[in-house]
Amino acid sequence: MEDTVTAQGWILVCELKDIVPNTGVCALIDEGQVAIFRVGEREVYALDNYDPNANASVLSRGLIGTVGGRLVVASPLYKQHFDLRTGECLQAPEHSVRAWQVKLQDECILLGPPLQ
Amino acid sequence: MTMKLLIIGNGMVGHKLLEALQERQPRGLDITVLCEESRPAYDRVHLSDFFSTKSAADLSLVTPGFFERPGLHLRLATQAAHIDRQHKRVTTVAGEVIAYDKLVLATGSKPFVPPIPGNERPGCFVYRTIDDLLAIQAWGARSKVGVVVGGGLLGLECAKALRDLGLETHVVEFAPRLMAVQVDDIGGSMLRRRIEALGVTVHTGKSTKAIVDGHATCHRMSFADGSHLDVDMIVFSAGIRPRDELARQCELGVGERGGIHVDNYCRTRDWDVYAIGECAYWGGKTFGLVAPGYDMARVVAAHLSALLERKAALQLPEFAGADMSTKLKLMGVDVASIGDAHGATPGARSYQFSDERRQIYKKLVVSEDGKHLLGGVLIGDASEYGTLLQMLLNDIELPDEPEFLILPSADGKAKPSLGVDALQASAQICSCNNVSNGQLCDAVAAGATSIGALKSMTKAGTTCGGCVPLITQVMKAHMKRQGLAVNNHLCEHFAYSRQELYHLVSVERVRHFEELIARHGKGLGCDICKPTVASILASHWNEFVLQKEHASLQDSNDYFLANIQKDGTYSVVPRMAGGEVTPDGLMAVGAVAKKYGLYTKITGGQRVDMFGARLEQLPLIWEELMAAGFESGHAYGKAVRTVKSCVGSTWCRYGVQDSVGLAIDLENRYKGLRAPHKLKFGVSGCTRECAEAQGKDVGVIATDKGWNLYVCGNGGMKPRHAELLAVDLDAPTLIRYIDRFLMFYIRTADRLQRTSVWRDNLEGGLDYLKDVVIHDRLGLAAELEAQMQHVVNTYECEWKKAVTDPHTRKRFQHFVNSHAPDSNVMFVPERGQIRPATLDEKRVRPIPIRVTTE
Ligand code: SRM
Ligand SMILES: Cc1cc2nc3c(=O)[nH]c(=O)nc-3n(C[C@H](O)[C@H](O)[C@H](O)COP(=O)(O)OP(=O)(O)OC[C@H]3O[C@@H](n4cnc5c(N)ncnc54)[C@H](O)[C@@H]3O)c2cc1C
Ligand code: SF4
Ligand code: FES
Repeated sequence: MEDTVTAQGWILVCELKDIVPNTGVCALIDEGQVAIFRVGEREVYALDNYDPNANASVLSRGLIGTVGGRLVVASPLYKQHFDLRTGECLQAPEHSVRAWQVKLQDECILLGPPLQ
Repeated sequence: MTMKLLIIGNGMVGHKLLEALQERQPRGLDITVLCEESRPAYDRVHLSDFFSTKSAADLSLVTPGFFERPGLHLRLATQAAHIDRQHKRVTTVAGEVIAYDKLVLATGSKPFVPPIPGNERPGCFVYRTIDDLLAIQAWGARSKVGVVVGGGLLGLECAKALRDLGLETHVVEFAPRLMAVQVDDIGGSMLRRRIEALGVTVHTGKSTKAIVDGHATCHRMSFADGSHLDVDMIVFSAGIRPRDELARQCELGVGERGGIHVDNYCRTRDWDVYAIGECAYWGGKTFGLVAPGYDMARVVAAHLSALLERKAALQLPEFAGADMSTKLKLMGVDVASIGDAHGATPGARSYQFSDERRQIYKKLVVSEDGKHLLGGVLIGDASEYGTLLQMLLNDIELPDEPEFLILPSADGKAKPSLGVDALQASAQICSCNNVSNGQLCDAVAAGATSIGALKSMTKAGTTCGGCVPLITQVMKAHMKRQGLAVNNHLCEHFAYSRQELYHLVSVERVRHFEELIARHGKGLGCDICKPTVASILASHWNEFVLQKEHASLQDSNDYFLANIQKDGTYSVVPRMAGGEVTPDGLMAVGAVAKKYGLYTKITGGQRVDMFGARLEQLPLIWEELMAAGFESGHAYGKAVRTVKSCVGSTWCRYGVQDSVGLAIDLENRYKGLRAPHKLKFGVSGCTRECAEAQGKDVGVIATDKGWNLYVCGNGGMKPRHAELLAVDLDAPTLIRYIDRFLMFYIRTADRLQRTSVWRDNLEGGLDYLKDVVIHDRLGLAAELEAQMQHVVNTYECEWKKAVTDPHTRKRFQHFVNSHAPDSNVMFVPERGQIRPATLDEKRVRPIPIRVTTE
């Protein structure tokens, strides 16, 4: 699928059905790699794909879950947890990543700029 | 002041004295130890393990560096010959003279050899030291038939050893029943039947007149009744006699049937000489068990320390006799005898229960008023031993219907257990190490909330292990009282253990995670419970792990059916059952590796691993491998990995069975089986064990009669030797036992618990496992086998499903919106292959990767 820049500066990265519920995928954009997660049927979140603990681009392949009420993804390499809403690394805050703006529109997933 | 302490004997008790002194560290002590044997103290109680699982080094009781401290001199292979009490010195057999201020005799016992003519012929042995065992082993290797003279505790243990050596084994007992001292007539005959069922021939009421040359064998034993028995080797195990010869020679005073007279401080009539352990005679008897000896050692350590520190002797611990109750496993049969087992107390009443089919016999002896336990006998199932012993020792009042203490509970309800809360703080829980209820409680309060922690903090349960079930009860009770949750919950989403979840899945026929968490859990789940439940579902239903409902539960390795590497690439391991591969197969693997530029290595599991594959290459690589006849190797799963084989009888001049053939059959049967942790097998074609089967979860070693099955071995972080579960099996029986064993493990183990750790935590230990797997004690065997058969019947190669199912295949792509490869993956060349570039290398000279995505 071709990247489509929408009027608001959001990038269309894929359709909702391209992501198996409760898993992630990785999108390639000009700035690099962004991991996009589908939680349940219709919630979506996005983080940098690069795991600074492991120096590898793998976060999209982690398991999704909750830890103490926080929605997280566990890195597939060394299992640190990253908050899906903020990108904070629970075990090593100095290795936190950026969270990106992401939304669902007409069954498509649109990626905005990083939060804050 | 320095005190020269001389200890004669470095057996279990002599060594305990050294440890107890070391703990107290009194100042001014200079210790010399004379040790007749060529090796320092070892665990005689577990001597027989030398034949099955343990080496001499494993049995050692000496912690590394123990004898290397100043003021402690160990003299190995040095026997004391003479004591001169007047001049306070000891002469060794070599003629050396050693002076002492205080002398401790810890000389133990020697086996009693009945005065039968011919008892000194070559091929006659006793069973007491490692050297004895080495001699038995060497002679046994050349023998076919062996006999043990003596059907007591040790005799039966010794018979097991002979049988394990592969000998046709006989036991000859003078008395009319086995274990005459500990059990009554009915118990004795039950025991006899169980032991005969294990292939040992028992001859009771036989007295041996002479041992002469045999015809086809080395010896012939002629009995008083005119019959005879032809054998190749004889082991005498007809009781023990205290080694009091030094004491006799220097006139220290000995008991009627031997043993050195001591007082409550274990002093002999010469206050500069102590005697402890089996050689000591106190209160009219000697003690042939290790626990009383350890008590004596502690008493003497306290006494000597007090002398050095010049403290009043009034508050010192005294030896106060010992309870001689015992629990043993004889040839896999539980046997326990408690207190007054024969009901000799006036007015004593007894309750008896016997089950002919399962060959279980239990007897309780209670006081006239029915309120107090006096003794008991348990044969075939001694699970109540700990409870009964505590009731006896602490004089706990019996429930109204004491018979329920030994009756099986038909409705599965718990038996009236000894309320551990009723125990006094002073109640001794571990007799080997003298650990009381109060000490356990303190340790729990100090943070020891697992059996492992409790063991290392208090030493309780570390010797014979018999008290472990009780320690567990006590620990849980104390934790509850302290408000500590006795918590084996899987994670914050499920308030259940893995075993309980397995049970729920099975009983309620749950097929999906969503269903299970909705009914029995809360929240979304996490990276702990999702893979665990995925594994349970896979073990139980064996559905494709990547189908829609299961995919999101899988850990990265299972989700992509490959092992993730440090740089985010994956490895590819095709199955090579038993390590066998054809030249064409090897060439196909080589061709694939070359085409995709993969790093290639032979694994520790007898197959080939190809590294550096990117996500989008995996389906292509696997298509080519499958075309060449390969299947998934499940290197990524908590599943059956490999069955390592040695070349076996097909080629090897020593092989006695076709180990490669069996390994391949086993691997094909169990491939893909999901379990709490990975499973590895090994099959060796003879006892040389080139496949290292005893280091595997399931190990099989060929014998000339069939296959020996070992279980619960482990390499890895904490290596553990596998234990012998069954011998000389034919292939169908072997497979049935493995089916049962694996399914039982899968049902009951914790998350990520290898069989070795599971086994170490299994209450009842190896014997319980044998009961379940071989004797079908839980009545589950058919169900376990059927479940395994279901898994076998529904096997499908996961990679085949993955590449042919378009939905699954689509996921093998690094980017959802591009076919580009991950630019963060970079390789550099090394020794003619690739390796991941380091961070620095990536900065300095990025090397483009070769992309094959046709
Ligand atoms: C590839 C291999 C090393 C090699 O180059 O030889 C290997 C590689 C890994 N081993 Fe291993 N082990 C390999 C043979 C072994 C062996 C030897 C054997 O099987 O005979 C052992 C000791 C035997 C045993 O398991 O009892 C072994 C004991 C472990 C352990 C420790 C397990 C334990 O109980 O202590 C781990 C860690 C774990 O599983 O938690 C481990 C984990 C791993 C992991 C999965 C670590 C990881 O998470 O990345 C490695 C994956 C590499 C990959 O991508 O394939 N590996 N590993 C071997 C693959 C064998 C195969 O063909 O499947
Ligand atoms: C096969 C077997 C199984 C057993 N199972 C159990 C069990 O399940 N439970 C239990 O409680 N007990 C069991 N026992 C008994 C237990 O091993 C003994 O009670 C314990 O070893 C006694 O310790 P000790 O130090 O008194 O004697 P030992 O351990 O025999 O040590 C005495 C040492 O002194 C040395 N010695 C003797 N004379 C001299 C000398 N003149 N100079 C120098 N050294 C000398 C001897 O060589 C020996 O090494 C078992 C024993 C055997 C053989
Ligand atoms: S030993 Fe450690 S480094 Fe080597 S393969 Fe096994 S897990 Fe990896
Ligand atoms: S009673 Fe033997 S280890 Fe505790």
